[in-house]
Amino acid sequence: MLGKLTLSAIPYQNPIVMGAVVFMALAAIAVLGTITVLGKWKYLWTEWLTSVDHKKIGAMYVILAGIMLLRGFADAVMMRAQQALAYGPHTGYLPPEHFDQVFSAHGTIMIFFMAMPFMIGLMNCVLPLQIGARDVAFPFLNSLSLWLTVVGAMLVNISLAIGNFARTGWLAYPPLSELHFSPGVGVDYYIWALQISGIGTTLTGVNFIATILKMRAPGMTLMRMPVFTWTALCTNILIVAAFPVLTVSLALLTLDRYLGMHFFTNSLGGDPMMYINLIWIWGHPEVYILILPAFGIFSEIIATFSGKPLFGYTSMVFATMAIALLSFLVWLHHFFTMGSGADVNAFFGITTMVIAVPTGVKIFNWLFTMYRGRVRFDSPVLWTIGFMITFVIGGMSGVLMAVPPADFVLHNSLFLVAHFHNVIIGGVVFGAMAGLTYWFPKVFGFRLNETLGKAAFWCWLVGFYVAFMPLYVLGLMGATRRMDHYDNPAWQPLFVVAAIGAAIIFCGIMLQLAQVVVSLAQREHARDLTGDPWGGRTLEWATASPPPAYNFARIPVVRGRDAFWDMKQRGVDMKAAIYRPIHMPRNTGTGFVMAVFIGLAGFAMIWHIWWLAIGGVAAAMVALIRHAFDDDRDYYVEAEEVRRTEILRGRTQLRSV
Amino acid sequence: MSTGPTIAHGGALALKPGYADNAADALRDLRPSSDAVDFELEHHHDAASTAQLGFWIYLMSDCLLFAGLFATYSVLHVRTAGGPAPRGLFDLPYVLAETVFLLVSSFTCGLATLAMGRRSRSATLGWLAVTFMLGLTFVGMEVHEFAHMVADGADPDRSAFLSSFFTLVATHGLHVTCGLIWMGIMMVLVVKKGFTPATESRLACLSLFWHFLDIIWVGVFSLVYLFGVT
Amino acid sequence: MSVANEAIAGHGPHGAIHGGAHGGAHGGAHGSRKSYITGFLLAIALTIVPFGLVMSHSSVGTPLVIAVFALAQIGVHIVYFLHVNRSAEQRWNLMALVFTAIVVCIIIGGSIWIMHNLYVNMMPGMMQGSMG
Repeated sequence: MLGKLTLSAIPYQNPIVMGAVVFMALAAIAVLGTITVLGKWKYLWTEWLTSVDHKKIGAMYVILAGIMLLRGFADAVMMRAQQALAYGPHTGYLPPEHFDQVFSAHGTIMIFFMAMPFMIGLMNCVLPLQIGARDVAFPFLNSLSLWLTVVGAMLVNISLAIGNFARTGWLAYPPLSELHFSPGVGVDYYIWALQISGIGTTLTGVNFIATILKMRAPGMTLMRMPVFTWTALCTNILIVAAFPVLTVSLALLTLDRYLGMHFFTNSLGGDPMMYINLIWIWGHPEVYILILPAFGIFSEIIATFSGKPLFGYTSMVFATMAIALLSFLVWLHHFFTMGSGADVNAFFGITTMVIAVPTGVKIFNWLFTMYRGRVRFDSPVLWTIGFMITFVIGGMSGVLMAVPPADFVLHNSLFLVAHFHNVIIGGVVFGAMAGLTYWFPKVFGFRLNETLGKAAFWCWLVGFYVAFMPLYVLGLMGATRRMDHYDNPAWQPLFVVAAIGAAIIFCGIMLQLAQVVVSLAQREHARDLTGDPWGGRTLEWATASPPPAYNFARIPVVRGRDAFWDMKQRGVDMKAAIYRPIHMPRNTGTGFVMAVFIGLAGFAMIWHIWWLAIGGVAAAMVALIRHAFDDDRDYYVEAEEVRRTEILRGRTQLRSV
Repeated sequence: MSTGPTIAHGGALALKPGYADNAADALRDLRPSSDAVDFELEHHHDAASTAQLGFWIYLMSDCLLFAGLFATYSVLHVRTAGGPAPRGLFDLPYVLAETVFLLVSSFTCGLATLAMGRRSRSATLGWLAVTFMLGLTFVGMEVHEFAHMVADGADPDRSAFLSSFFTLVATHGLHVTCGLIWMGIMMVLVVKKGFTPATESRLACLSLFWHFLDIIWVGVFSLVYLFGVT
Repeated sequence: MSVANEAIAGHGPHGAIHGGAHGGAHGGAHGSRKSYITGFLLAIALTIVPFGLVMSHSSVGTPLVIAVFALAQIGVHIVYFLHVNRSAEQRWNLMALVFTAIVVCIIIGGSIWIMHNLYVNMMPGMMQGSMG
């Protein structure tokens, strides 16, 4: 009736896990309780859970990312603590089977449920506004994508309380991830969480490509698009191209585990290396999916805060496209050591070095943008400068490992771990923080507290270096990754320094939480009344903060790059003389409902509750078909209401100068 | 430059003092001529064209999914682990028949599309029904082939070759099945609602899907069956 | 969504959208009966020939020849059934198709090359996997 699921799946005997479960449960109760006490369930359903508005969906993605950052960071703290303690005769506090789950969860959560949602959330919030559109191409699919991602995150977190998570690392290599060596539910949690959220991500890719190609404001040719839009386009092309390969890899592993097939097993012809080959065909474009939006964010910020147009727009565009295409030609560098010959290794080593070149072009373009500009050092710019220095260092360590003989020494050492955290934290995380600070006023209508923001930045920057520079040294000294214990006592001081770095980052995160709370409390003093708090150059700043649901009362005609700056220079009259009815999509609960059913089906697949798995999928399909037959899916905002909304938000009073 | 209610401050907008409550004054400042030049006259969103581009992009992602399966088959098809090998397993005349059924169904799907263009409800439904029957025959033949293989001891968990064969071919078959379900729903929609813009757009997407499945099948019969026997 | 100038806005260059005047009223291109029949006949021929070559164990029926027929037939489907061409309407479709084709070749070709290289290096004497 309940498949493999029994009460013994709850890890009563493990105090650390139970502590985490209790904490999660209390947090959930606190949130649900607050909503109930404030009587906000109906509001939550009608305004947020059923919303198809890209701005709200984007905000929810970023909130998910923030929560999962805390969860993933908790895993990081646990690892740093363990490794600072467990040398020689000391075993630390985490048993190996638990430590293995911690590093697997840390990687899975940070990549799939923190970094991806953060970037997708920022793209959601900003992109339609930047191109002068009213929403994305497929608003319902957008909602479905969000909730599928949330469901995936929920599954990973549920694994803490019911059963366990994978012990295989965030990519679940076979044969360890095969049934023979991982007979429990851990790898199945991993598989279904990723497959479900992967569908959501692929749909997002389709959605945004169609949006960018088809829904730009009149006059906005491709070469007049903001650079963030360009990077978003390339990112989503990568998503659509790469995620199907992840789907295949995970599906074949699933077939091995569930139906006894032999794709990656050790016997009857299976080949584990084929999994590694396939998963990295996805995996390398994935890291470019993470970093390209960050590059776009930095481009926007540096141009705005230098008061100059971005230097080298054309080369930026071509560099972005080059990076996107090349990202499909480097994947073997993740497994130089696994047995292919020198010719294959040499080819991929060279392509890996080549792909650093367009990124270098971008760095120079950002520097030249700042040169002779009047740079304002608000916190978005601090994050940007921190990124430029940190990412370049991380990139250099990557190019070092691109040399196959060097990689033979450094593969899977802590040097590798330091490298990818260097580029992911320095690039993706700093980019996300910069984007958050930059666009927060637009989405929520008030600015974040600058003092706390700057303090948080410095904690992150210093903390990052203190936490990860020792890891470069340890890697060169021979330390392997993912070890819960090591014999060489000379390594311990370095691990202690790394733990201190994690503590400094923790302070940074606490300061950011404080920043949100304080800014919320002080919001009346920091309201953005003009819609343009930073002196922006692109169209998202041409709306009120926050924008009305329909974004623009009238879609502006674009006459050049930096469309909004151009409008300001020309003295365009933002007051629309004639308001028109605006066609808008209705909210719908179908996306949420479908995701819930699919999530139940995923849980059921994990625990072999077959009737629930089939039922869940069937119910989701019924919901979808019902939605397809529904004609009442859109409405018109009457011109008079548009006029009233615009006056209310002061738009008829504001004229760009 | 700043005769209006706002002034520029380092490029940012700020309200001039005293102007905040003068909506009437501001509105009197209307300049219809700039409206015509600076704003889109009519916001015309070509939903059908966008939907089809979106669906096309999804189809491209599906192509890449099959690419992963083709790559896996290419690498693993020689790993027969002492079990059944392609040459002994594949019945080429049978596969040729299957192929012809699918190809004809692609043609009749095209005829259905043309009928939709003529707004002929009965012809559209008729050709869709024919396409459906041909597609159903294809799936039936494939299921029969699989059952036969399994009965002969060539099941998917026998070897890496068989795992990759069954997965590649069955994934295509599953796509065809989903297409058939979709086709059924579309026929109901056409009966109930006629040719609305939404129905036409969806039928266009369905026919893209159906043609694309035939393209994948060309890859499958060439790489799996013909190569396998050569 | 082209560079619609306000002078022609409202009657943009998009094809008949909401059930427009000419037959075949959807955003994509619509074919003619002739194109479907031509495509069908070509495809049938391009199917029967390779099957015939292989079934009759002809020496011409090599993998390369089969591949050429397959690619030709895929081309026929793309042109005659999917109506992809170089017109403005189909431009994005064509670009997406070309990009996809490139990535497909990289995935399949790259995997074969890597795995074959791996087998040659790591399993000398044993079955040397993959094609090509």
